[in-house]
Amino acid sequence: MNFSQYYTANDHFTIIPAVMLALFGCAILLFDFWIFPDPRQRKWLLIFVVLAEIFTGVGLYRQQAWLAGQSPSMLQGFGGAVTLDGFSVFFNWIFLVAALIVAVMSYQYLEISNEHHGEYYGLILFAQCGMYFLATGTDLVVLFIGLELMALSFYVMVGFLRADKRSNEAALKYLLLGAFSTGFLAYGFSVLYGLAGSTKLQDIGDAIAARPAWDPVVFLALATTSVGLLFKIAAAPFHMWAPDAYEGAPTPVTAYLSVASKAASFAFLLRLFNGPLQSLSAEWEPILAFIAILTLTIGNLAAINQTNIKRLLAYSSVSHAGYMLLGLVANNAMGTNGILVYLMVYTFMNLGAFAVITAMRRQGIIGDELEDMAGLMHKNPGYAMLMLVFLLSLAGIPPTAGFLGKYYIFLALIQSGHYGLAVVATLYVAVAIYYYFKIVRSMFIREETERAPAASSLGLRLALGVTGLLTLVIGIYPEPFLELAKTSLVR
Amino acid sequence: MRVIVNDMPNGYIPIFIFLALAISFPVVAIVAAKLIRPSAPSLTKLEAYECGIKAASDSRGRYTVRFYIVAILFVIFDVETIFLFPWAVRYRALGWFGVSEIAVFLGILIVGYIWAYKKGALEWV
Repeated sequence: MNFSQYYTANDHFTIIPAVMLALFGCAILLFDFWIFPDPRQRKWLLIFVVLAEIFTGVGLYRQQAWLAGQSPSMLQGFGGAVTLDGFSVFFNWIFLVAALIVAVMSYQYLEISNEHHGEYYGLILFAQCGMYFLATGTDLVVLFIGLELMALSFYVMVGFLRADKRSNEAALKYLLLGAFSTGFLAYGFSVLYGLAGSTKLQDIGDAIAARPAWDPVVFLALATTSVGLLFKIAAAPFHMWAPDAYEGAPTPVTAYLSVASKAASFAFLLRLFNGPLQSLSAEWEPILAFIAILTLTIGNLAAINQTNIKRLLAYSSVSHAGYMLLGLVANNAMGTNGILVYLMVYTFMNLGAFAVITAMRRQGIIGDELEDMAGLMHKNPGYAMLMLVFLLSLAGIPPTAGFLGKYYIFLALIQSGHYGLAVVATLYVAVAIYYYFKIVRSMFIREETERAPAASSLGLRLALGVTGLLTLVIGIYPEPFLELAKTSLVR
Repeated sequence: MRVIVNDMPNGYIPIFIFLALAISFPVVAIVAAKLIRPSAPSLTKLEAYECGIKAASDSRGRYTVRFYIVAILFVIFDVETIFLFPWAVRYRALGWFGVSEIAVFLGILIVGYIWAYKKGALEWV
């Protein structure tokens, strides 16, 4: 028998970036005590992460260049277990940018927290490797392993501040609830497999399309799978873990969790709902519409009363998941396009906002209360102005990038005739402006309560510069970014 | 509209039979015993049964967290052997492809092992 057919050059091409991430991740674990055992040499590990992302980026770029010349522009590897297409490449760029920005802004934070260990950088890469398979996988087993690789890395990262009670509590809560939701997801997968006799999304789609409408078995699979995924994107009523996990986790991890983990779960959600579950759209559209509105309501109303910025942004990220779900409810090309654009701009503005909060962490100051932001304008006007840009963008006010994301979602809703949903979603923007401006008021109007200036490091300035610039550039000159999202559509 | 029960995939029928059997077995056993046996309740019968010896303490006691680390490590290397066995059985048929696949698999695990060893996870302080 000839087994070389099981790993061809084609197969390799579809997973190069993931192989790079796994190799560099393992290398960092070894180098941590082998080549760079001295704590002062930690910056080499950070440089290693940058190197890993460069290699991953080259792989992604090669995939993108190859796909551009293909028609239809997709490539299946491992007998259809992974599918390389514009969609996967688009999401992987988001993960790459998020991981890179998070890695550079973590360095100083972990130094100050006295929890600077090499594994952290390895975990960032392993989580990204899992995300790669969430965006690229088209087989339930691959998707599930990708999801678990990502989730397990995050459980550890959330609890990385071992001496901090809140961090431990957050990790435990996230682990328990995460494992519970994974159970739902695995059960849903087992039913899907039972229906189709195959783990390939393509076969599952064919099997489901052949079943009658409102089939209880299909409905069971749809319900359990959705619960698992809605938990991962922190949609209400499965959002309970988000505020606690976001608050307790180290701030850079919160940024990574809220951006990359959410984007990866949305990639998975889109693959399922635009793929095998598309024939059931009449069933899931009203359910998702209800969940989206519930998510918007809970996210926006709960955010109003928060005094902790990380908690406030956690609820705001819950509400952002609601907006993106509305794009799925619209269920047209514009809706999917809207989700991709939204996720792209959300990546930059949310990472930026968390980078500013990371800068609030100084020796002896935790810096995640609304109080800690007081008078930032007088102390560090640069940070305050950047935070203003990020908050305006999160609220969705032009000319920032956030406006575009919401614009496309609303456009998709109107195109598909969901006028009521569009009106409700727009009204919640007004609520969002209120609580975002609580932070602005604290920064600009209140007197400073703490004299010590905010932290500053090359990595932090780099992260803030890139995210701030892109938040503005995408808002003012969006064409190339919109084109990128458009070419990434898979329908 | 078709009858829903007929739509069930046939592959699930053995599972449902098994489920029904699994539920009915303890129910039948308990009900049958209840009907047949004479009833003579006493306090001694309510005590925890520990090989006939009087129960010394609660079973939910606290023990050191190190057992947990050892247990986690055991799971990893236990799963490793589970993957090694089928490969060993089909070693000749899988050829160099099998060898290289298992080398990658073991390579990743060995990295983890070295890491755990260096971090002192295997030391019983």
